[in-house]
This record gives sequence, structure tokens and C-alpha cells, in this order.
Amino acid sequence: MNDRVLGGIGILVAAFFIWQATLIELSFISDPVGPRTFPIIIGIGLGLASLAMLIKPDAAPAWPAASRLYEIALATAVMVAYALLLPELGFLITTALAATYLTWRLGTAPLWAIVTGVLTSAGIFIVFRVILGLSLARGPLGF
Amino acid sequence: MDVLASLGDGFWIALTWQNLLLALIGCFLGTIMGALPGLGPSNGVAILIPLAFSLGLPATPAMILLVSVYFGAMYGGRISSILLNIPGDEPAMMTCLDGYPMAQQGRAGEALALSGVASFVGAFLAIWGLAFLAPQLVKVALLFGPAEYFALYAMAFATLGGIASTNQAKAAFAAMLGLGIAMVGVDGQTGVPRFTFGEVHLYDGIDFLVAIVGLFALSEVFIFLEHRGEDSGTNKASKIGIGRITPSLSMLKSCTPTMLRASGLGFIAGVLPGAGASLGSFIAYSLEKRLVDRKGTFGKGDPRGVAAPEAGNNAAAGGALVPMLALGVPGSGTTAVLLAMLLALNITPGPLLFQNNPDVVWGLIAALFIGNFMLLAMNIPMVGMFVRVLLIPPRILMPIVAMISFVGIYGISGSSFDLLVMVVFGVLGWGLRKLDVPLVPIILGVLLGNQMEANLRRAMTISDGDWGILVASPLAIALWAIAVIGFVVPIVVGGVMRRKMRGGVAD
Repeated sequence: MNDRVLGGIGILVAAFFIWQATLIELSFISDPVGPRTFPIIIGIGLGLASLAMLIKPDAAPAWPAASRLYEIALATAVMVAYALLLPELGFLITTALAATYLTWRLGTAPLWAIVTGVLTSAGIFIVFRVILGLSLARGPLGF
Repeated sequence: MDVLASLGDGFWIALTWQNLLLALIGCFLGTIMGALPGLGPSNGVAILIPLAFSLGLPATPAMILLVSVYFGAMYGGRISSILLNIPGDEPAMMTCLDGYPMAQQGRAGEALALSGVASFVGAFLAIWGLAFLAPQLVKVALLFGPAEYFALYAMAFATLGGIASTNQAKAAFAAMLGLGIAMVGVDGQTGVPRFTFGEVHLYDGIDFLVAIVGLFALSEVFIFLEHRGEDSGTNKASKIGIGRITPSLSMLKSCTPTMLRASGLGFIAGVLPGAGASLGSFIAYSLEKRLVDRKGTFGKGDPRGVAAPEAGNNAAAGGALVPMLALGVPGSGTTAVLLAMLLALNITPGPLLFQNNPDVVWGLIAALFIGNFMLLAMNIPMVGMFVRVLLIPPRILMPIVAMISFVGIYGISGSSFDLLVMVVFGVLGWGLRKLDVPLVPIILGVLLGNQMEANLRRAMTISDGDWGILVASPLAIALWAIAVIGFVVPIVVGGVMRRKMRGGVAD
């Protein structure tokens, strides 16, 4: 069943892809193939592969319980927040927060999670910024 | 014997303090990454690429570091297979079958030492194979025109999908998805934007490093979040005694023919596009079982059952470098990631690499020889140290992996947009893995898409729009034939093999 859904989505994506490919503007000088043809070929391939999945699906995988899906959604949200906050708050603070959250959700006790998070952040900072000299995001406090 | 002369030059390049140190660090990190379940060669190398790139390492040292990690991971994978019955990475799956029973009988140390020697033999022979075969393949590749290259790429996708996956439709789906992603950005030949939806960040296209780290490394974090609390391995590691860590001479002697056969088979499996190390170890194990298992001891702790897959997967790792370096077409996930590193450094693998940058090629091969000795030294006397690494629980390890991934990608571009794209790829990778869609064809598509299109268009320009040029030379026809056979035949045979492989481990 899941493969049918994936196949269905795949066909929609393929149709959208081909439609977008036909909208690619052509420049006045072009090679015989042009910028549209190869994307259209890919779109057709994607559609055929999706169709094959739709017709002959595998057994559905074991999806996790709703609570775990919620867990994954939350972790995604935390990572998105991390990406957005990184330039604002700087590397050390943001990384400590994100690492604390992740290790807590993976089963570390709350207080230890804070310790682990801070140590992770400090450790990465020391190895990559202090020893290797990589430029990490600077926050208002300069780190 | 210009191979030996080139190799001599290679040693001259590899034997600098910096390169030796990088090889040592790479071997060490690689062994750890291979040993830790959840980190394997492909995601281990993927995490390090952005770092090597942002550190501004030149091509040769960067490749030495990453290839050392690659080989280290092939060695390290066996440690958790033997001690915990959990493969540290996919190619080490077959080592569980006889390695874990040996550990249960209190012969863990012997199994570790023997598999270390087998890894060494496999890798050592494969590097010789690489040194001699790659220049020959380059001679063939020099005959390739754009049409042949287009056919070659098609063949790589077809055989990868055919041999390495259970469901051809899903592999094709993955490849097309990757190719589609590669199309995003400004068209290289006419300069018109494609699939950018007006977003300026997308004009440069989607950086393949971002896609790779997201798909391979971040998706692993999601897998662990999903299975939280089910980790069973870490508690077992402390209980198992290692025993003596020197293999007896008689055991080595009885395993020597096995190791040699397995190395040969593994190397061939590695060279073939799409097969890679997992298949190498599987074929090596199955053949040995059929050939020498007269008393039915395979699967119950037979040393030869440990030696065969380990020699096989390490030899395959060396073999997989042949098409990657000589043709620019990787045959496995990890070599695809290595290709990404070369492309990020503006070095195009293929015949021209051997002409324009022989220092990279031969320095790399020489470094592999050196690294292999380092790995042997690390993996036999010092194996106890790596066993302790297995005690790091995933709940601490996985956040570190995630954060280092972010650091690496941010280090390249300093843009939050790339981090967001990486998160999207992480979630996508998790979902596709749940649905059993292979990720390697996606990466290959993203990496090769633009090259494939450029070659198609170049061929068509030469022929002035006649599609017949794609099948105009015997070489191109042969490549297309292999592509079709490679895709269609495994629908019957390869799927069965893959299923057996999984079944064998599940038992």
C-alpha cells in the first residue's frame, strides 16, 4: 500500500517536473537538444518507475507509532530552528541547545542531557575552531 | 613497468609528514566509524568531506584522508559484527555469521585477529589490482566519445539498480530523482535557469555535498530517534572477553587459500559497477561455503567463514576505486561520496585525471599501501581500544554526528539555506529508507546528472540532432547491451541473491 502512495506521489512529481521543464525559457542560441529535452526524459523515467511501483508494490514497512513520528517531526523542527538561529546566537549556544535536545530525546536523563549537550558543543568548538581553525558561526558574544 | 615507476613517484608524494599524519588520522577515525553501528564508510566519509573541504586541504591530502577513512571503516566493521552480532556497516554483515559464534565460544580475540589479517590480505591484493588495472581501463576510456560516456552513465545506473537492489523500479525511481535534482540550477550550456522557481539560492543548483550529508548522515539520526530504547548492543560489549588476540599459525595457514580466493572474487565484484563491497563479501562467503564447507561448520564459528567475507569486502573496496578513478563512474555508495570530494575540488576523474593529475592518483595508491599497514598495526594489537569505543551509546553519539554534519556544511557556505536543504534531505532520506528505496542511485544521479546531460548534448551537437549517434559505435552498443542485461537479468537472479543475503543474516 505504501508503495502505491509513493508511486502515486512519484507520478504527480513526474508530471509537475515535465510541466515545469516545458516552461524552461529557450535562449536564442541553442544546441540541437536544448535545455528542455533531458529533464523531460528524466520526468518520463520517473513516471514509468512510479507506475511500476504502483502496479507491483512491495509489502508495507513497519511504520513507527504515531508518537515516534511526532518525535521525528519535533527533531526536524529543532534542526530547522538550529539552522535559522545559528547566525543569530552563534555556534556554541545553538549547538549546545540542539545537542541537549537530541541526546535527551534519544534517552539521556534530562540533567545529564544538558551536560552532554554542553560538552558536545564545547568539544566540537575546541576541535574544529581552536585546533583546526574552521570558521564557525559567531554570535553576539563572539563565539 | 611504468606502473612501478609511477608508484615510486606516488610514494615520494605520500611520504610527507602531513600525508602520513592524515593517513593515520583517517585510518583511526575510519576504524572507529566502521566499528560503530550506525556509522559506516559512506556516511563516515560523507561527514568528513565538508570538513576536509573547509579546511582547505589540497586534493591529494584530502583524498588520502578520506580513502584512509574508507579502508579503515572496512576494517572496523568486523569488530561489532564479531563482538555484538550487529554489523558495524553493511559489508560486515556476512562476518556476523561465523564471527559471532566464534566470540560466543570465547574465541573473539582469534576471530578479530584473523579477520584483521584477512582484511589486510584483501586490501593489499586489491591495491595491487587497482594499480595495474586502472591504467589499462584508462586506455579503453580514452576511446570514449560523448556518446559512449552517455551510454556508460546509463550503464552505471542500470547495473547499480539491477544488481544492488531488490526492486528495480525503486532503484530506477531513485536514480531519476537524483538526476532530476541535478537539473536544478542554471543550465551550463545556454545559461537559462531551470527549476529554480525564482529562488536565488537555487541558481547554483543544489550542492551535492549538502544532499549527501543530509541523505547519509542526518537520516541515520532520524532512524535512531525512531528506534530509541531498542539498542541492545552496548550492554553486551562489556561482557564478552576477548581472549588471545594472535591467530595461530596453523589457523592462518588453513585460511590462506580462502583469503586468496575471496580477495580475487571481492576485487572483481568491486570493479563491476553497482556491485560494491556488500556483494563482494556475500559472494566470497557463499563460494567458500560451497567449496570447503564439507563438515557443515560454516555458520557455527568456522574461521574460514570469518576470513572469506573480510578479505572479500576489503578487496571489493579496493576494486570499487578502479572505475571511480579511471572512468569517473563510482560503483558503490562510498566511492560515489569520494567522487563528490573530487568534483568539489574541481578535479574530474577519468582518463584525464591520470594524465593531468598523476600525483593525485599515484599518491593516493601509495597512501593506500601505507595506510593498509597502519590499519593492520591498529587492528590487531590495539583492537581492544576500538572495542571500548563500542561502549559509546548512540544517544550520545548521534547528536555529535548531527552537529558535526551541520558544522561541515555551514563551514562550506556559511548559509542557513544550505542547512535547511540538508534537513529536508535528511527527512527525505529517512522516509525513502523506510520504503526501501536505495539512496545510492540518488547520490549518483545528483553527482552525474550534469555530466550525463552535457555528454548527451555534446554528442547530439556532433551529430547535428541525430539520435542515432548514441548507438553508432560498437563500443556504445556494447555498453548499452551491458546496461540492458545488467538491469533485466538481476530482476530474476539478483533479487534472489539479495534476499538470500538478508535471509542469511536474519537466521
